[in-house]
Amino acid sequence: MNETKKRLDVIGKPRRRVDGRAKVTGQLRFADDLALPRMLHAKLLRSPHPHAIVESVDAEKARRHPGVKLVLTGQDFPVPFGIMPVSVDEYPLARERVRYVGDPVAAVIASDEQSAVEALALIEVRYKALRPVCGPQDGLEHPEPRIHDYGEQGNIHRNQAYEFGDVDEALRNADFVAEDLFFYEGNTHLPMEQQASLAFLDQDGKLQISSSTQNPHYLHRQLSRVLQVPESRIRVVATPNGGGFGGKCDPGGHEFVVSKAALVLGRPVKIGLTREEVFYVHRGRHPVLMKMKTGVTKEGKLTGMHLQTLLDGGGYGSHGPASTFYTGVLTPVTYHYPRFKFEACRVFTNKPACGPKRGHGTPQPRFGQEVQLDKIAERLGMDPLELRLKNLTKAGDLTASWLRVGSTGLEDCLRKVAEISDWKGKRGKLPQGRGVGLACSTYMSGAGVAIYWNKMPHSGVQVLLDRSGTVVVYCGATEIGQGSDDVLAAIVAETLGVDTGSVRVVTGDTGITPVDLGSYSSRVTIMAGNAAVQAAERLRASLAAAVCETLGTLPDRVVFSQGKVFAADNTGAGMSFVEAVTMAEAQLGTLSAVGSYSPPKPPGRYKGAGVGPSPAYSFSACVVEAEVDERTGWIHVPKIWMAHDIGRALNPVLARGQVIGGVYMGLSEALMEEQSFRRLPEKLSGALVHRAPSMLDYKSLTALDMPEVEVALIEDPDPNCPYGAKEVGQGPLLPVMPALANAIFDAVGVRIDEIPITPDKVLRALEAKAEGKAPRVGPDSYPSVPYPEPTFVLPPWEGGDGNESRKGGEKRAAAAVV
Amino acid sequence: MAAIPERVHLTMQVNGEAAPVSFAPYKTLLEVLREDLGLTGTKHGCELGECGACTVLVDGQPVLSCLALALECGGRAIETIEGVQRGPELHPLQAAFADCGGSQCGYCTPGVIMTAKALLARNPAPTRDEIREATAGNLCRCTGYQQITEAIESAATLLRAERT
Ligand code: FES
Ligand code: FES
Repeated sequence: MNETKKRLDVIGKPRRRVDGRAKVTGQLRFADDLALPRMLHAKLLRSPHPHAIVESVDAEKARRHPGVKLVLTGQDFPVPFGIMPVSVDEYPLARERVRYVGDPVAAVIASDEQSAVEALALIEVRYKALRPVCGPQDGLEHPEPRIHDYGEQGNIHRNQAYEFGDVDEALRNADFVAEDLFFYEGNTHLPMEQQASLAFLDQDGKLQISSSTQNPHYLHRQLSRVLQVPESRIRVVATPNGGGFGGKCDPGGHEFVVSKAALVLGRPVKIGLTREEVFYVHRGRHPVLMKMKTGVTKEGKLTGMHLQTLLDGGGYGSHGPASTFYTGVLTPVTYHYPRFKFEACRVFTNKPACGPKRGHGTPQPRFGQEVQLDKIAERLGMDPLELRLKNLTKAGDLTASWLRVGSTGLEDCLRKVAEISDWKGKRGKLPQGRGVGLACSTYMSGAGVAIYWNKMPHSGVQVLLDRSGTVVVYCGATEIGQGSDDVLAAIVAETLGVDTGSVRVVTGDTGITPVDLGSYSSRVTIMAGNAAVQAAERLRASLAAAVCETLGTLPDRVVFSQGKVFAADNTGAGMSFVEAVTMAEAQLGTLSAVGSYSPPKPPGRYKGAGVGPSPAYSFSACVVEAEVDERTGWIHVPKIWMAHDIGRALNPVLARGQVIGGVYMGLSEALMEEQSFRRLPEKLSGALVHRAPSMLDYKSLTALDMPEVEVALIEDPDPNCPYGAKEVGQGPLLPVMPALANAIFDAVGVRIDEIPITPDKVLRALEAKAEGKAPRVGPDSYPSVPYPEPTFVLPPWEGGDGNESRKGGEKRAAAAVV
Repeated sequence: MAAIPERVHLTMQVNGEAAPVSFAPYKTLLEVLREDLGLTGTKHGCELGECGACTVLVDGQPVLSCLALALECGGRAIETIEGVQRGPELHPLQAAFADCGGSQCGYCTPGVIMTAKALLARNPAPTRDEIREATAGNLCRCTGYQQITEAIESAATLLRAERT
């Protein structure tokens, strides 16, 4: 249609977001802001043991405590839950076993919070402590006692291996092989809003829960499963999240508890987690140990990579199976590796479960990869910028692992960021103690497959027009601060030629909105956005058909712009949008249309090929400038430059905000954030406890620490994306950590091969350097991990067809045939 | 020891109006505002004085309402985010936060706006560093602070223009 070529009225213009006013007036209602008459309050009793058998729970005294209405224990929840069908391993309240300090074991529901807290102290739990598994290496060495009775073997949860072409051969044929070990400590989301939920029975006696969840649809399914109530009798309302970052993706024990209590008592039940509890719920960044071997030619061409990762999974599966894949699968998207081998192992440990945090599994290997490239450039005497430019993937490429690189603006990002940061003028030329570092990254605009196997759309949108000219958009997408409501409003407004003020967005409510899978993997803009385009285009077509005769033109010559509807060749005549709507409603009846979106089928066909494909990848390139005080190791970052290939910025104010917010979170991780644990002395139970379950001890950057960020948005619309818009919420976080590490090398000539990069590590590396030892701090050994025989797949350019080409042991023969 | 009364009763000045309220004596100002006065615009991220989300103005000074006992607030002037708006219009700070990207998820926003309001009252033309210093106690996980600083700067300009 001609229409699509019209200039854009809404998209690309800086604009106040549609929910902006509610946020600055305090009117926006987060979950904990909700209250209902006769509401009760729930509190959870959590395990003080990292690993123990729950022998008995005696709640009699608690039940008799004044104000207490109900006490729930593991016995009330016989059915387990889990966000992924392959790791349904968690109970709302632990039944026989607790697996981390903080695992919930019982719940008290009382007339007020104070009484509930008092009653918690009256619950007597008998535990039999078991040996805790403190880390992945410990878990490999101690297969018994097993934390779970499922998984690969012992305490290994997931173990996988893929080889795309003969990597040993690729490394043998290289001029040299860079071999490095990296470690990335775990960290947590720390959303400002602590999780809260309010459950009650509605006027029809059906269960409704309003909750700070990123994924109401998945929560809906899990509630039905655990409570054994049909989905049609449950309504999940995702309240606006006060930040998510992945921390509100998993269903939480507390959500089942208040729902169950509301069903039992017939009264509204609310819970708000304390900040300490939020640290225990976690599901954040996995600590990952990595080994990376990369073959390189003298000219600086990469010949192949062998990547091994070892993940500390914590006590439950969570998104772990996906996280495990993500510690490798996106590695070959930025640069061309003719061959690629990836082995990953996730071990259960007795700590809060790890899961998806902004960048989900990919920041860790990206850190290693980008630091290693810097080392390779150093060894070749080459500018790290040139090395990267030499190896970039191109638009439309397949990777060795059969991922389709769609549009890519990485080259533009690199050139742009080099230009605005004066890379050439600074690298190696700043005074001692100051330096610059460069790194790149990529991220998915939505994953190719849903979390549970199904053939239905990933997102649905319904648009309703009424004769007032109001456009109402219904979609299951969840506003977590990223601006998904604004994305929907902008897309529908643009398509129908109105302004966003005429659009009302209703989202994240399983009772009234079509399913959208949730706010994760940067999928909302592309998936809900494409569904919204389809719905709005259908409506526009109906309107055009209804008014074209009056306008004296053909339907596809009707233009919708700025609240007006007119003929393309006679822009003077026309009618208002409201007139067009009334005319169409008179002819066609009530006006509504739906749209839906399913991502294209990925090219890879081997088992496991479902993780990694995306309809569009975003790309980023980052330069960090750092100043290092060589006496104290103190790191100061004066400025960061970020070029991000976004396809198109729907609302540049928000896009820029996402970039800066990502840079902030990346830098905060790079410099200080650590979700780490320590053993209490034996006489104090020997338990494995969180080092810093408070915001004061868990350090994050403040306004005073945050450097200026200069953002360049690279816009080249992606054909798979709505109005060309790719993701921006996660990608720009990823290159910050390696860029900082590389800047520190440029500044003082030491390598910090682990995250976070703290002053003590810099000092240790400087001391080593002064003593003539390797100027490096980082892991020095990699344990022997029993990775399985890899699934062998031939890369596209070696005659593969995307399927597993031979069973494991025959791979050499397979390669020889080629 | 004298028995602790179950509820106490007092009157504070909240957003310019007398607000008589009775509440359990252990309650913080944050809890009384949110639970007993229904003013849920003030948020909390820790209730331990670590995050700044609960900042309100007490007699014009920014105070962490999670650390203040409501019992001590009788007769004092409390200003919360609900009192910032000018009738149907947004206060320039509110407008600037909405327009400049100073608010993403919006959870830290009420606390930051209150902090900024106190800053601009005592320093109508703060430098960027002064803004950063004043807001350093308000954690924000979304914005990376830059657009918050820009919003406060732009509101300061507007407010100065209003005064002249
Ligand atoms: S809630 Fe008061 S400082 Fe965090
Ligand atoms: S806007 Fe989300 S915490 Fe500040």
